[in-house]
This record gives sequence, structure tokens and C-alpha cells, in this order.
Amino acid sequence: MDYRTPLAKVKGLGSAKTGTSHWWMQRVTALVLIPLSYWILTFLNLSFHASYQHIVAWLIAPVNTVCLIAWVIAAFYHASLGLQVVIEDYVAAVGIKIIAVWTVNIFFLHVGAVSIGSGFSYPINRLAYVNRL
Amino acid sequence: MSPPSNRPTSPHLQAYKLPLTGIISISHRITGILLSGGLVFFVAIMLSIAGGKQSYGDMQALTSFWLIKLFYGGFCYALVFHLCHGVRHFIWDAGKSFDRDAMDRYALLELCISLVITVCILLFT
Repeated sequence: MDYRTPLAKVKGLGSAKTGTSHWWMQRVTALVLIPLSYWILTFLNLSFHASYQHIVAWLIAPVNTVCLIAWVIAAFYHASLGLQVVIEDYVAAVGIKIIAVWTVNIFFLHVGAVSIGSGFSYPINRLAYVNRL
Repeated sequence: MSPPSNRPTSPHLQAYKLPLTGIISISHRITGILLSGGLVFFVAIMLSIAGGKQSYGDMQALTSFWLIKLFYGGFCYALVFHLCHGVRHFIWDAGKSFDRDAMDRYALLELCISLVITVCILLFT
């Protein structure tokens, strides 16, 4: 049973809209990120001094591939959810708020996809190419 | 939107001494924003790997600069602190530790634990 008035529905006002799932996904991604922090810290540490062969070998080890990709998805999602809350808190004008939130969402989606694509497909392709030679 | 009024307003941030939990709360938000910005550097590292040996070597030459090391130390502390306060939020979500003593105790605990973990990460890796 829906008790909201037609006017409220048209304006899309009231409650927190998709607030419950937003809050919930923030928690789920946060929980997932706790163990996955091990992989990002290991990766960053390796990237500072490991040889190119070493880091590529690390990246294509199945456990590392899965966990680092999972980290990228969870972290970039968590970041855009968090920044959305910050924007909603400090930006009062509705138009600017919507544009800012979507700019952040699309930016993190794009950049997250770039990091997965570049970090994994290129080293794997390169390695496959070298092995074929 | 709202008409001007003479109704009393809540104490302004500048006239209100934040409790320790309040300072940590805003730090959680600030570290969250900074860490989000830090993700861009992760992408840059990934791109340097994608570019091959040459660009990977260039990236390493850049990250061996002391300012970048300092920046990385700050990134680690921000990450671990944000994680620790995140765990605190889970405890709050469970409806626990809202009394005044627990608030300060947990706040100090988070700061100490995050400092210890950060030092461990930077020294032993």
C-alpha cells in the first residue's frame, strides 16, 4: 500500500529515496574492503621496488588477480558512495548536486574500469605474446 | 527557500568545542575524501604497468622521490585510520558503545591501533 500523494511521487520528494540500499552497500563494501586491504598494500609496496617481471607474475597469480579486481570494484564503489554523501551534505542547490553526484559516479566507474583493463589485460596479453614467440 | 527569521540557531562550529569523537568523525570524512583522490594514483601505477617496462621504470623512478614516500606514509595512515573508524561504525551500527566513557576510550584505541598498524606496514614490508 502506497500512502504517498501523487504530487510527492511526481516531485520525487520524501524519505531518502534509495537511501537504504545506499547505506547498506556502503557497509557491505566496507566489510569486504577490510581483508582486501592486504592485497592493495602488498601491490603498492611491490610496485615501488619489484622488477617488471616480478610485478606481472604477482598480478597474474589467480588469487592476486581475483582479490585485486575485487578490491578495485569494492574500493571505487565505496569511494563514490562516500563522496555522494559528502556532496549531498554540503551542496544545497539541487541541480549542481545532481550533476556533481553523477560526475563523481561516472568518473569512478570509468577510472575503475581503466585500472582493471590496463592492469590485467595488458600484462596477460603481453605474457601470452612473449610465450608464443 | 526559507524566509529570514530571528529564531535561535544551533551553536556554530567555531563556537563549539568538538569532543574527541567529533574530531575523529570529521577526520574520517576528510581521510575518505583524500583516499578517494588517492585512487587516481593507483590507476596511474596500473597504467604504468600496462605501458610496459619503460613506463614502469619511469614510475618507479618517480616514486623513489622522498616526497612521494612521505605521501605514501600519509596514504597508509589515512587508509588504516579510515579502516579502524569504519570498524567503529560497525560497532555503532550494532547499537553498542554509545555511552560517554566508551566513546573516548574507543576513540583513543582507534588512534593508537591505527598508528601501530601503519608503523608495522611501513617498517616490516
